[in-house]
Amino acid sequence: MSRVRVLVGTRKGAFILTSNERRKRWAVSGPHFPGWEIYHLKGSPADPDRLYASQSSNWFGQVMQRSDDGGKTWAPAGNAFAYDGVPGTHQWYDGTPHPWEFKRVWHVEPSLTDPDTVYAGVEDAALFRTTDGGKTWHELPGLRGHGSGPQWTPGAGGMGLHTILLSPAEPGRIVTAISAAGTFRSDDEGVTWRPINRGLKSQYIPDPEAEVGHCVHRVAMHPSRPSVLFMQKHWDVMRSDDGGESWREISGNLPTDFGFAIDVHAHDPETVYVVPIKSDAEHYPLDGKLRVYRSRTGGNDWEALSDGLPQRNCYVNVLREAMAVDALESCGIYFGTTGGQVYVSADSGDHWSAIARDLPAVLSVEVQTLP
Amino acid sequence: MIRVMIPAPLATLARTATEAMLDVPPPVTQRTVLDAIEARWPALRGTMRDQASGKRRALVRFYACGEDLSHEPPDAPLPEAVASGREPYIVLGAIAGG
Repeated sequence: MSRVRVLVGTRKGAFILTSNERRKRWAVSGPHFPGWEIYHLKGSPADPDRLYASQSSNWFGQVMQRSDDGGKTWAPAGNAFAYDGVPGTHQWYDGTPHPWEFKRVWHVEPSLTDPDTVYAGVEDAALFRTTDGGKTWHELPGLRGHGSGPQWTPGAGGMGLHTILLSPAEPGRIVTAISAAGTFRSDDEGVTWRPINRGLKSQYIPDPEAEVGHCVHRVAMHPSRPSVLFMQKHWDVMRSDDGGESWREISGNLPTDFGFAIDVHAHDPETVYVVPIKSDAEHYPLDGKLRVYRSRTGGNDWEALSDGLPQRNCYVNVLREAMAVDALESCGIYFGTTGGQVYVSADSGDHWSAIARDLPAVLSVEVQTLP
Repeated sequence: MIRVMIPAPLATLARTATEAMLDVPPPVTQRTVLDAIEARWPALRGTMRDQASGKRRALVRFYACGEDLSHEPPDAPLPEAVASGREPYIVLGAIAGG
């Protein structure tokens, strides 16, 4: 019988939730790294027992952790993240130049084929890579250095590189997204980069259709179809059918198109999930009702999914890293909230139940489907 | 031997106790004590001071003998009571929030 392992990063530690393919009964392990912020943890597709975690603290900085046994034990890995060359400046919130300063790792993305190779998206935005299992990290400087870096600005949560997409169908291609700079693509394993933001419109920047400066919250992709990208922007849900060369809005009948998380069904690349949030000032669901919205048509036509989710007095948020899907035959959808709940639907979103209700605020959710 | 105290989150990270005795060859300064801490527990590299610049992290402070040494030069000799092991060299996280 297959199993699932859900990796949950929270404000005060990591938790590992495991179940079988029924996804009814869950074992909860944790907190791992108690008291530390765990922005993200993720397993290697090439070796599911190899996990990497980003552990950080405003006091004590960045620590990276590695597990070789599926999260039972952990050991600190290398944590030196030095920008390549002279870091230079990006724009501060008021448009003035501000020096690039490493703050933390937002996202870890293990290689699809090599457990020792991992990409790390960091704040202030840059992409790093290790090829020795986390001992050393080196910046891929072509991203910050391609030309638009001095125009990037931080979002409210900082200037983080939060999305790293790899696809077995398009080796060498990497899509990243930065808040608030936009989406960027490399077709040569991260050596050279260019912005891919044509079609995005953001009223909060001087030129709403600028090449960079867009507050992209999250980009999702079905691994079998890397040319199709789905984006939850600060406002607007967007879609690209040409690998990001152009984007069109697919917000359709969503009650609000602000939000953070977005993901794609494991077996149907046209089925997409978002969690609409009221507004950029009010980071909670509309009317106190927590609802996931699903489109089975690749956008525009959305249906509310609420069975099993709180439908009154619910004022939590679902952050950008906090939604994931498993690959079981009946696809499971997972998300975590800032109220510490982790929800699962074992039937593609039709019915939901809580795996955990009282964790610290959830920052990230990843799922591993294990044989 | 130098007596050092580190905050609980770092002790957990290093899988050690919050207090330990370390052999620090002279001169006994903040830099040589921190070097010795990091040599004994490599997991603590970067958690007290920046790995590249050596600057103290903003929310970390260093105390000894009832004095705040956070802003003292890193190569200044530590008090004799610390160098002799009678008083601890204390690394702690600043009070910052409830």
